[in-house]
Amino acid sequence: MKLKQLEGLLGSLEQFSHPKIELEQYPTGAHIASRMLFSAENSFGDISNKVVADFGCGCGTLGLAAALLGAEHVIGVDVDAESLEVASTNAEDLELDMEFVQCDVRNFGGRGQFIDTVVMNPPFGTRRKGADMDFLAVALKVASQAVYSLHKTSTRDYVKRTVMRDYNASSAEVICELRYDVPKLYKFHKKKEVDIEVDLWRFVPK
Amino acid sequence: MKLLTHNMLSSNIKGVTNGFPLGIEAEKVIERSVDMNPDFLKNMFSKIEWKPLVEASRIMGYSDLPEDVPDSSVLDSEEFLRKFHHALLEIHLEEGALVCPQTGRKFPVNKGIPNMLLHEDEV
Repeated sequence: MKLKQLEGLLGSLEQFSHPKIELEQYPTGAHIASRMLFSAENSFGDISNKVVADFGCGCGTLGLAAALLGAEHVIGVDVDAESLEVASTNAEDLELDMEFVQCDVRNFGGRGQFIDTVVMNPPFGTRRKGADMDFLAVALKVASQAVYSLHKTSTRDYVKRTVMRDYNASSAEVICELRYDVPKLYKFHKKKEVDIEVDLWRFVPK
Repeated sequence: MKLLTHNMLSSNIKGVTNGFPLGIEAEKVIERSVDMNPDFLKNMFSKIEWKPLVEASRIMGYSDLPEDVPDSSVLDSEEFLRKFHHALLEIHLEEGALVCPQTGRKFPVNKGIPNMLLHEDEV
């Protein structure tokens, strides 16, 4: 599948109708999601024929992108029932197979070495400090091959240091810098739209 | 929920040391056929916990899998791969519950989605 085609399909997905700020629900845009999964597949071979988990899947964008690129089994994990409903409708609309588990990612109980690749757009931790790092710790425990994740560029050194020292990563690499458009979703947003700089990371567990 | 997912999930309640495998209470089971991918199955074979898969598929009404862990030479058999494929990927628990093997706590499954949320005192 071509990048443009992937981006087009992801652009058609339904997103949060009533986003919950306490969960930092922001849609993962089709532009970012398509590039993230496209490089995971085409540069590293981490998607097709693999077991892929999407942590904090929300409306399912990343997981469905993995399914579109040939992942054999995709599991979306999210704490929010409403999001999972939207995600499962999205899967049906695209006629894709995706499994869902309602669970707080921090308490996710999965056997190790079972999931090949974790993809995620975690909460950046602006509401609950360290939320993104909590996700990362669990992801690096359950993935056997790679973890793809987005983190604010401003936290780059911290992320690198922490995963190498505390989360059992054998490598941590920024694949590219992206701009994350945050549309005006919540009342406290004053500007119409803001861009924040984010890094797309690839982590390899030990 | 497919049995492939069941074979990975465990109960993560505080204090539970062995939360795998989860028991299954099946109220509604459905089947959906999907294309078979032999390479994927061969790769999954070494990761699967065999006994829990046999037990889970039996509860879901499918008892064609061999009871004991087969030798990996069975992977050359098309017939075996079909059965393995069916059990792992085509049988879905649509309504029912998953049960923590240590505490008996039930995790409901609705519309195929297991609810593994923990109560405050279980975290």
